[in-house]
Amino acid sequence: MPDDTWRPKLERYLDSELSAEEMRAMDAHLHECASCASDALRRLQLKRATRLAGQRYAPSTEFRRRIERQVAVKSRSRRVLLWVPVLAIAMLLLASVVTLGRWYERTRSQQLLAELADIHVADLASPTPMDVVSSDRHTVKPWFQGKLPFTFDLPELQASGYKLIGGRVAYLEHEPGAHLLYDVGAHHISVFIFRDRPEIERVFPARDSSRRVLSFHVESWAAGGLRYFVFGDASPEAIQGLSRLLRQAAA
Amino acid sequence: MPLFDSLYNFAHWLTQNREEAEDLVQETYAKALKGFGSFQPGTNFRAWIYRILRNTFLTSRAGLAATRTVPLESEDDQEQTVAVSHETPESILLEQAGQQQVQAALEKVPVTFREVLLLCDVEEMSYQEIAETLAVPVGTVMSRLYRARKALRAALEEKMREAKHA
Repeated sequence: MPDDTWRPKLERYLDSELSAEEMRAMDAHLHECASCASDALRRLQLKRATRLAGQRYAPSTEFRRRIERQVAVKSRSRRVLLWVPVLAIAMLLLASVVTLGRWYERTRSQQLLAELADIHVADLASPTPMDVVSSDRHTVKPWFQGKLPFTFDLPELQASGYKLIGGRVAYLEHEPGAHLLYDVGAHHISVFIFRDRPEIERVFPARDSSRRVLSFHVESWAAGGLRYFVFGDASPEAIQGLSRLLRQAAA
Repeated sequence: MPLFDSLYNFAHWLTQNREEAEDLVQETYAKALKGFGSFQPGTNFRAWIYRILRNTFLTSRAGLAATRTVPLESEDDQEQTVAVSHETPESILLEQAGQQQVQAALEKVPVTFREVLLLCDVEEMSYQEIAETLAVPVGTVMSRLYRARKALRAALEEKMREAKHA
């Protein structure tokens, strides 16, 4: 078998990422092929050198103690706090199970929407609100390749009154997603696209919903395993109009 | 405390600054404790907490500045994982490199490459764990690792050349 068949597998071999059968086959090949063996050795040297060089920084004792105290305090308060919702739930259960459920969903959804509002406002206040700046969807969409664990479609906006400004990666509860910025008139509208997760689905049970948070209008819906949020200070009609175009593009 | 030393080491490599690394680790633990409810039992805890740290770094000022310098080539090109290389005089120099030169070279590569090298070679994470930590597909981890090692080798060769001429 020529070397070109084996060499592409060398990195995975040294990272122990080949199947057991492939590992055995590569072992046998390296015993026979001096050229591949030399290449493997060189790569292994770099890998070992990286491991040794990478173990460089150690936390100070003072910092370790500070974090230990922080963790201990938080753990204690977590234990104490665990009882508070338990008691509260017990009391509220007596009053009304239904009311509790609605209250929780509203709080969670308000929390999520407030986080999105923060991102929207912070990005607009930034001197470089977007990392990819282009009105061309064929430039903006490919920019997200390799940055997100999913893909999405963007609408054609010709004569719609909306203009794509650009995009960047945003995080909602540590999950990466796309943040796209559109202009309509003098207003900025943010579109957030994330993977739909059970935690989000629980607080946005309806496939479509229209809400207001901190005076922003918000449209949200789930389609094709993705969760969309369209967000801004434009009129509800403008938010709905862009939402309609995005839904059509994703259909 | 779970993973404290490793997290600190990783944070310091990302930020290149002791105070910022401490802030980053502190914020990571605070977020992990606060959001422990979102951790799904049975899933990988290490990948989860590293992901919190990395996302916290990415949204920090230092992280935003560092990631603006990432290379622009597509990472989905699987052909990049096809590694064909040959012995060169530089690779002989590489064998002679000391730990300080490797550290200096590691400091020099873009943070996107540095993090994947640290997760794979120092933390010895599997490709799947790295993919979960970075929230990218496994194929992207492979191509990014390939490019990161190439960049590290080039940086190291440059360091060795500088040392030779000094």
